[in-house]
Amino acid sequence: MSGNKHHIGYGTYVIVWIALLAFTAITVTIAGVSLGRYTLFIALLIAAIKSALVINIFMHIKFDEPIFKIFLALSGTTILIIFVLTFVDILYR
Amino acid sequence: MSDHENVLDHKVHRDDVGAKMGMWLFLFTEVLLFGGMFLIYAVYRYQYPEQFHIAAMELNTNIGTLNTIILLTSSLTVALSIAALQKGNKLLSMIMLGTTIVLAVLFLVNKFFEWSTKFAHGIYPGSSILTSKPNGQILFFGLYYVMTGLHAIHVIIGMVILAFMLNFIKRNKVTTDNYVKLENSGLYWHLVDLIWIFLFPLFYLIQ
Amino acid sequence: MDNSSGVLPVEQVKKSFYQESTNKYTGIGAWLLTKDHKRIGLMYMYAIISFFVVGAIIGLLMRLELLSPGGKLFSAQTYNSLFTLHGVIMIFLFIIPGIPAIFGNFFLPIQIGARDVAFPRLNLLSWYVYITGAILALTSLFLPGGPIDTGWTFYIPYSVRSGTNVSLALFAAFVLGFSSILTGINFVTTVHRLRGKGMTFFKMPLFVWATYATAWIQIIATPVIAITILLVIIERAFGVGIFDPALGGDPILFQHLFWIYSHPAVYIMILPAMGVVSEIIPTFSRRTIFGYKQIAYSSLAIAFIGYLVWGHHMFSSGQSDLSNMIFSLLTFLVALPSGVKIFNWVATMYKGSIDPQPPFLWVMSFIVLFSIGGLTGLVLGSLATDIHLTDTYFVVAHFHYVMFGGTGTIFIAAMHYWFPKMFGKMYNIKCANVAVVLYFIGFNMLYFPKFIMGYMGMPRRYYNYLPMYTPYQRISTYGSWILVGTIFFIIGYFVYAYYRGKKATSNPWGGVTLEWHIQSPPIMENFETLPVITHDPYDFSQLKEMKNE
Ligand code: HEM
Repeated sequence: MSGNKHHIGYGTYVIVWIALLAFTAITVTIAGVSLGRYTLFIALLIAAIKSALVINIFMHIKFDEPIFKIFLALSGTTILIIFVLTFVDILYR
Repeated sequence: MSDHENVLDHKVHRDDVGAKMGMWLFLFTEVLLFGGMFLIYAVYRYQYPEQFHIAAMELNTNIGTLNTIILLTSSLTVALSIAALQKGNKLLSMIMLGTTIVLAVLFLVNKFFEWSTKFAHGIYPGSSILTSKPNGQILFFGLYYVMTGLHAIHVIIGMVILAFMLNFIKRNKVTTDNYVKLENSGLYWHLVDLIWIFLFPLFYLIQ
Repeated sequence: MDNSSGVLPVEQVKKSFYQESTNKYTGIGAWLLTKDHKRIGLMYMYAIISFFVVGAIIGLLMRLELLSPGGKLFSAQTYNSLFTLHGVIMIFLFIIPGIPAIFGNFFLPIQIGARDVAFPRLNLLSWYVYITGAILALTSLFLPGGPIDTGWTFYIPYSVRSGTNVSLALFAAFVLGFSSILTGINFVTTVHRLRGKGMTFFKMPLFVWATYATAWIQIIATPVIAITILLVIIERAFGVGIFDPALGGDPILFQHLFWIYSHPAVYIMILPAMGVVSEIIPTFSRRTIFGYKQIAYSSLAIAFIGYLVWGHHMFSSGQSDLSNMIFSLLTFLVALPSGVKIFNWVATMYKGSIDPQPPFLWVMSFIVLFSIGGLTGLVLGSLATDIHLTDTYFVVAHFHYVMFGGTGTIFIAAMHYWFPKMFGKMYNIKCANVAVVLYFIGFNMLYFPKFIMGYMGMPRRYYNYLPMYTPYQRISTYGSWILVGTIFFIIGYFVYAYYRGKKATSNPWGGVTLEWHIQSPPIMENFETLPVITHDPYDFSQLKEMKNE
């Protein structure tokens, strides 16, 4: 048996898939509207929500070993650090 | 791979959590690989905001959206394939996996047409049309080709892996109570999807 | 002793792993297709030491060129290739994989009470990937176009313009990075999944902690260089605009990405070395390590802070002043966890009953050399002085003191410490003692004058120099003869010991971590019965029980 005994039903997956498609629709629609400087922010926010859905449900991280979440946080933090410190240069050059 | 079980393997117990842990760690390296490219993208977009907008106009949002839908759906089918195998439904699992592969091919076909239109318009690295454009646009297309290209390579690799899995399921090498290989392949496939979730708005939705 | 450590009661009763094969092959096939972590570790050892010798000979040649001013031996272009090759070989083929791939592979599973690493097959693959990378790197020397001449840092824009075989060499570095990543994944998973019964995280030997922290850096830093290198290759091949300023690219961005990896890589080099020191010092002081947890945590802290300081390689690159200040500040922070380690080591020795065997002496010379390297690092870490000293011999001296004097010395120390365990033979202690002294003298003669020359203004990467530097360059070259001579001497007595050495007992130094509980050389799969760990890692009260076995 695989490590995690928590099996997700077909229904959940389909619901998540519908949500993902809905968010895609939203983000495409919003891109057509001019929101000025918020466009990028909203697009990224939606992308983040979508990826949270994929990671949590499709990739099971919600139900897997807790240590995987810590690992995930670690790599997320790393990327954040790289971005922040690089932009300290780019923004103030 | 699993044909020759070596001497060690039958003494060491099977460790599915360990296998998945290894896969997750590998996925992080992929995330950081693309993270580096997203960083470059962010810097250049910050430096050339207008040029990026103008250049992005050239991209076809419809194809982008279509490909997004295709990939999201393929993510669903691969998840369903795992769920089916967990429930012992080998046939459904194989059908779903097959669908995933078909969707992956569709994605690539789309991509191919998208790129070839660009090429037909003379927009490709080093072309005279592209090099005569302002710097910001050269960079945009440079990143566009490299990032979507590298993503496409991941799609191809994913496809090959999934095809192997299909074969494994068929030959009962991957079964209801030994499916960690399928799970790991699924994880990889979801990662390909994840990356696209970010590529899509950053390239196709900035007009 | 009760069987709580899975100990073999009598010496050498079982066949060692040399005498058994993990597969159906014997002879060379038993090695090249093995999945045994010990054999793979040894295969790394032979490869890595060979490359080290090549790198050292190139270093020797450069020093020969610099014996007198005038550039008589090589042309400027040849010298460019020489220092690039030397740098690439030493960094990517020797010092980064060095300790983790050899000693990590061999001892990490043993020290946590496991039979092997988590993914033995992947482990073998990593070795092949490493060899492939190395072969690619060497191929790039001989193909038309000529050996790469960009310096090991591959800075843009020269690396997209240079007509030499840059792409192939870059690809080699990419492949080597891949090997490093795979090893990292393997070790992290091993530590999480395969610790023996009772082996909690805080019972792990400090070498395991250090290798674990290193493995994490390998996982989260290497991909960044991989993509950067790949982008340069793509840029060269297809003229895609990414970094090339002629196409609007930002060369400083390349430097960011390069150092986002290459600075943490410095910790990939030094952390495992510090782990080895934390093994050797307690063993030869017969005292439990002082501040076990602090040392363990400081490894993680160094790994973490080490990720935040890459910008200190770029003080004069034209990055923003704010970055300069932030990176400078963060750089000083790394001194804290490093200091924690040094103080704990010293405190461990305090009132210990010190047994000055060769491994311990090597560690002593490490502490001196590494401290010189570290302290001069502070000089370079502060903005004002760095502007004066950057790209001079001062920097060359500094990084040789940290990398070679630090990690390189500990590499040799680890050889002396674990040689009897790995091969079951003992080398000649007297030779080893002489070697330490010669090494120390040669090293300082070779590199210390470079500090002075750098301070006077001698730039790095030049094949020629003004006559005013002649005396210092002379001393430096003489030093290189002593140093490289000593290295050959060391290799010599190891090889001799391998064939003719006296049999080593299973625990010649009186160590107590798990590898000293099993026979030398270890049996296939390390333990007869998997050990149950009850003691703290450096609990020397075990020694008495072990003697009775
Ligand atoms: C074995 C004895 C060694 C000798 C004689 C030696 C000598 C030298 C010399 C003469 C240079 C060129 C300085 C210049 O002109 O700028 C150099 C550069 C360098 N060395 Fe060594 N070295 C030795 C060992 C090592 C080791 C063990 C390492 C790494 C762990 C190392 C890493 C480097 C690096 C990274 C460079 C810079 C290359 C570049 O500028 O791109 N060296 N070394």
